[in-house]
Amino acid sequence: MLIQIAYALPFLAQGFALTLWVSLLVVVFSLIAGVIMGVGLVYGPVPLQWAVRIFSDTIRGIPILVLIFFVYYGLPAVGLHLPSFWAAVLALTLFKTAQVVEYLRGAVGSIPRGQSEAAMAIGLTFRQRLAYVIFPQAFRRFLPPWINGVTDAVKGSALVSLLGITDLMQAINQVIGRTYEAMPLYVLGALIYFAVNYALSLASRRLERRFSFIRE
Amino acid sequence: MGYALNFNLIWRHFDKLWGGLLLSLELAVISIAIGIVIGLVLAVWYVSAGRIVRTIIAAYVEFIRNVPLILLVYLVFYGLPTVVDIAYSAPTSFVVTLSLYSGAYLVEVFRSGLEAVPRGQLDAGKAIGLTPWQRLLNVRLPTMLRITLPALSNTFISLFKDTSVASVISVPELTYGAQWINFNTFRIVEVYLVVTAMYLVTGYIMLFALRLVERRFRAAR
Repeated sequence: MLIQIAYALPFLAQGFALTLWVSLLVVVFSLIAGVIMGVGLVYGPVPLQWAVRIFSDTIRGIPILVLIFFVYYGLPAVGLHLPSFWAAVLALTLFKTAQVVEYLRGAVGSIPRGQSEAAMAIGLTFRQRLAYVIFPQAFRRFLPPWINGVTDAVKGSALVSLLGITDLMQAINQVIGRTYEAMPLYVLGALIYFAVNYALSLASRRLERRFSFIRE
Repeated sequence: MGYALNFNLIWRHFDKLWGGLLLSLELAVISIAIGIVIGLVLAVWYVSAGRIVRTIIAAYVEFIRNVPLILLVYLVFYGLPTVVDIAYSAPTSFVVTLSLYSGAYLVEVFRSGLEAVPRGQLDAGKAIGLTPWQRLLNVRLPTMLRITLPALSNTFISLFKDTSVASVISVPELTYGAQWINFNTFRIVEVYLVVTAMYLVTGYIMLFALRLVERRFRAAR
């Protein structure tokens, strides 16, 4: 039994690498898109605020699995042919972006109005206010939940196995298909996911404690 | 482009979606109910227990929270029966998984709620001569529930959405119904639009109902 599993380890490592790669892409893309949309939600004109609100509430209101199937099967139906890998990354990015929007809204919203008003009073432009006053303070509020939320990207990435992408989850299922050693492999997989995500949530908790001196 | 929307086939097979939604709700309600029991018992135990018990409960919570639900679903359905002599249907196996899963999330919610109960209330309970059991039932738990209700609502809705993962072991819930229509009629965009609306509407009805409960309990203070 152990020999069979040891034999499969390089294959599992490949799957794990793909899981990390998907998660990384999703985290980077969603950070960029989410911060832009989040700023639109907080400071944008009303129609933009509405658009972002509807986007975020819709995405957060449906299961990730439905979102993944919608993007994966829906895009080719309307004539957009993405490789399944990128369809999966796109779907997960949409899901993560909605989260980042909410983290950003919460972080920026926690900065007292007086800060913005003071910055306005000394004549800073909108960009300067964001860059020098709001974001440096909001960053400390944003970082801990955001890092904790990266675990959602890693966990969500296990669903891409359903699109035939050989991530860690799919690699485990394939090895089980050959070896019939279901339990040891699922436990091994669980431990790998656990190691990654637990490290992330510990980091998040540590940062939260480190930033807890800040009071309003 | 040039995709013409046609919902006729969706309505013809709508029983798949409606039945699926009802099953999703059933799975969610049963699992959450069991999860609440697990969560309450472990949270109350946690705040009064020694180090070893705390470590064990924390290990359960952290393990479940840091592993993808789909892996837990596979593990319970395909993995467990190979090492333990049990046999269950896919829906039962999913309820077992989601109960353990929701239990882990609810322990966290209840534990932080219990810790937020002001000390003065417990001292007051002691001062008027309530037994420890009475203090728990009549002072700690009601106050804790009021504190945790908003977080509970979010957890419940999130768990309802998690029932979609049951489709991977062919439990015919809403997402499974969507896939069935997807593969059998190829009205792909339509079916996912309808299913998105169904999840959203159900989620918002749950949210609205839970907000009403929250308001009621706030008024009782």
